[in-house]
Amino acid sequence: MTIRGRAFIAGIYEHPLREIPDRSNSQIHAEVAAGALADAGLSFSDVDAYFCDSSAGFGPLSMADYLGLRLTHVDSTETGGSSYVVHVGHAAEAIAAGKCQVALITLAGRPRSAAMGGRPGGGGATPDMVFEGLWGMSGAVTGYAMAATRHMHEFGTTSAQLAEVKVAASLHAQHNPNAFLREPMTVEEVLESPMISSPLRRDDCCVVTDGGGALIVVSPEVARDLSRVSAKVLGHGEAVKHADNGRLDLTYTGAVVSGPRAFEEAGVTQADIDYASIYDSFTITVIETLEDLGFCAKGEGGRFVLDGALVAPDGRLPFNTDGGGLCNNHPSNRGGITKVIEAVRQLRGEAHPAVQVPDCTIALAHGTGGSIGSRMGSSTLILGTEDA
Amino acid sequence: MSKPLPTPAPVSPPETDEFWAATAEGKLLLRRCDDCGIPIWYPRPFCPVCGSFRTSWSEASGRGTVYTFTVVHRSGIPRYREALPYVVAYVELAEGPRVMTNIVDCEPDDVVVGMPVRVVFHDTGQGSALYRFQPDPTAADDGI
Ligand SMILES: [Zn+2]
Repeated sequence: MTIRGRAFIAGIYEHPLREIPDRSNSQIHAEVAAGALADAGLSFSDVDAYFCDSSAGFGPLSMADYLGLRLTHVDSTETGGSSYVVHVGHAAEAIAAGKCQVALITLAGRPRSAAMGGRPGGGGATPDMVFEGLWGMSGAVTGYAMAATRHMHEFGTTSAQLAEVKVAASLHAQHNPNAFLREPMTVEEVLESPMISSPLRRDDCCVVTDGGGALIVVSPEVARDLSRVSAKVLGHGEAVKHADNGRLDLTYTGAVVSGPRAFEEAGVTQADIDYASIYDSFTITVIETLEDLGFCAKGEGGRFVLDGALVAPDGRLPFNTDGGGLCNNHPSNRGGITKVIEAVRQLRGEAHPAVQVPDCTIALAHGTGGSIGSRMGSSTLILGTEDA
Repeated sequence: MSKPLPTPAPVSPPETDEFWAATAEGKLLLRRCDDCGIPIWYPRPFCPVCGSFRTSWSEASGRGTVYTFTVVHRSGIPRYREALPYVVAYVELAEGPRVMTNIVDCEPDDVVVGMPVRVVFHDTGQGSALYRFQPDPTAADDGI
């Protein structure tokens, strides 16, 4: 694929002021966004992709929320002053690939005002962080706990059902010599672990581990000449789900958008998925994501995970066979890369023999970033064996 | 009964100065879009629904219901650790927005989804107050 002739810059805007002591960075981002859209003759509702550097807050999530954008493609590549040039290239690639149609790129900053003793928070703190930073939110668990409370309220999901997710992960982790937690657990043990933030207990949470991971993505031509078996990228979807102007609904995730786009691109259905890496920062993350990816109806996630449905190799949907973030590893408090790594192991037939899914041909890896309690980035990847 | 909570002062962007000044006077303001009329939350001088920059303040009723909540039993925030267990919640204001806050003046274990609540203000001592919510006995008979 080439981007030659596949994308165009349709709107531009330069902020007219040179000293802005009384506005937040967020407001300036909003003003330049509006200006460029007006120049192009487009509106905020036309935007489906957003690109920004680290001036915008928490990656792309803060401004997506602020502006109320509905996004299926985001990129917050930070390369200093060249970022926005990179963003144009990435936007063109994404447009050429059919991932988005209207990409918004913004930059804002107030170094002049800040250097002149500008008030703290006038530039750096995004408003979402201000209005959510006062109430004793203790890390990610508080927001996920509130999602769990609401899910239980609307659908009757129980703590024992959440615990089944941890149990399945622990049954897998016992075969992983590197796993942080290697002891198989029972539902009763999970329910006896200390309450952290109701209804989530210690064992509803992922492990806190150091470490990391890496992935190499290559062209088909390069892959063909390699002796090592590759996993084929079949489809991908991404989305930002945010607080929606204070009308947030904590019972679903951005997977409701990213999932269907990935399935459509891959040309497969849920029934074709042999193995799934499901982001598991908390047990509730898995329950909501399974529903949103269409493995069961909304509200049925708690019942879906019963009877060993997630346990490899024979469960209906073997998941997180490395033990996942819940038992194995959640490096740097981010579990996305390990999700892809275990999916590739499964497709290569190189998962632990006790948890290797027989004839694993199609695998899914899903990542969740930010918080399902406020604003989040969701990404669904569908992979296949080389001949899939 | 819930323990007294800390009252950290907000470090706010300039656009919300009026909002925080009003809290010190016992008022909860909502930014409202002058074009489409929708209340905006969190407050910002931009409407994320219709894209308008024409927005203005209006006073909220201060009443709502608990959309969801959690009772925090372990906290990594030193000032809040003194107050364990405490309740973090989203309250759905009568005007529509779901607002992150604390539920106070009741047993944490008595909080339930759908519970009617009303706003109370906890002074930060720095020209602002934190909007928190307590059970609203006057709403109990309305079957809200
Ligand atoms: Zn509006």
